[in-house]
Amino acid sequence: MVDVMPKPEILDPQGQAVAGALVRLGVAGVGDVRQGKHFELEVDDSVDDETLHRVAGSLLANPVIEDWVVTRA
Amino acid sequence: MRIGVITFPGTLDDVDAARAVRYAGAQPVALWHADHDLQGVDAVIVPGGFSYGDYLRAGAIASIAPIMTEVVAAAGRGTPVLGICNGFQILCEAGLLPGALTRNVGLHFVCRDQRLRVESSATAWTGDLTAGEEILVPLKSGEGRFVADAATIDQLEGDGRVVFRYAGVNPNGAMSAIAGISSADGRVVGLMPHPEHAIDALTGPSQDGLALFTSVLQGAASPV
Repeated sequence: MVDVMPKPEILDPQGQAVAGALVRLGVAGVGDVRQGKHFELEVDDSVDDETLHRVAGSLLANPVIEDWVVTRA
Repeated sequence: MRIGVITFPGTLDDVDAARAVRYAGAQPVALWHADHDLQGVDAVIVPGGFSYGDYLRAGAIASIAPIMTEVVAAAGRGTPVLGICNGFQILCEAGLLPGALTRNVGLHFVCRDQRLRVESSATAWTGDLTAGEEILVPLKSGEGRFVADAATIDQLEGDGRVVFRYAGVNPNGAMSAIAGISSADGRVVGLMPHPEHAIDALTGPSQDGLALFTSVLQGAASPV
């Protein structure tokens, strides 16, 4: 799995809109909301972590504005 | 002069870009995203639209299309490349220009005639403009907010690579109100507003945009 999130210093207006909507729902106590992407890749054993990071850094995420985490289920 | 205009699935403004090339007195050449062939053109325009439906990120999938391999190689040889709107996003995703274009502050799609201040005439695409003058061209984008890290912004500003800046209100929250930038050699330019929609008083708010398309004909633009 590859999880992609906007870098902390990057403004996330979509997350802000979600946070605003939660207030309208009457949900209290939620501070900041950040919105990202979650990718599930079915890969065979020949695909190593290095390759997955290359896939994440070259296509799934834009390193200019996003960070990513690779995890294996 | 022959100027290529690329069409991706979801490109919208290739016809207007080709029209602008004709108005400028050059010959537009239709280029197809799936080809590895620039057909020997002298310059390339990556037009606006929603290539691949903006899936993943705006411009991300188009940036690795077969034709872009050739565009990156041609840019390395000094071929002038102009990216407009989605084309700007594609050039950033392809690594030809620094930074990225993200969702507008406030999430609104902005569609209006936008005043721009020309910050540099020392590019292949702005030689017929004058630094400091204002032009009026349409802006229509939902992901037009230019962002980059502080070091990159400082470098762009310091090297005179900010080519266009939004005049008046910043429409999308772009850092330093940046509307367009160039590569270090001034041959590659990307901007969010649409000069190809402002070439004829009948169909646009001005004819200011035509200057970008005539500029590239001069070949006189000195690299930054």
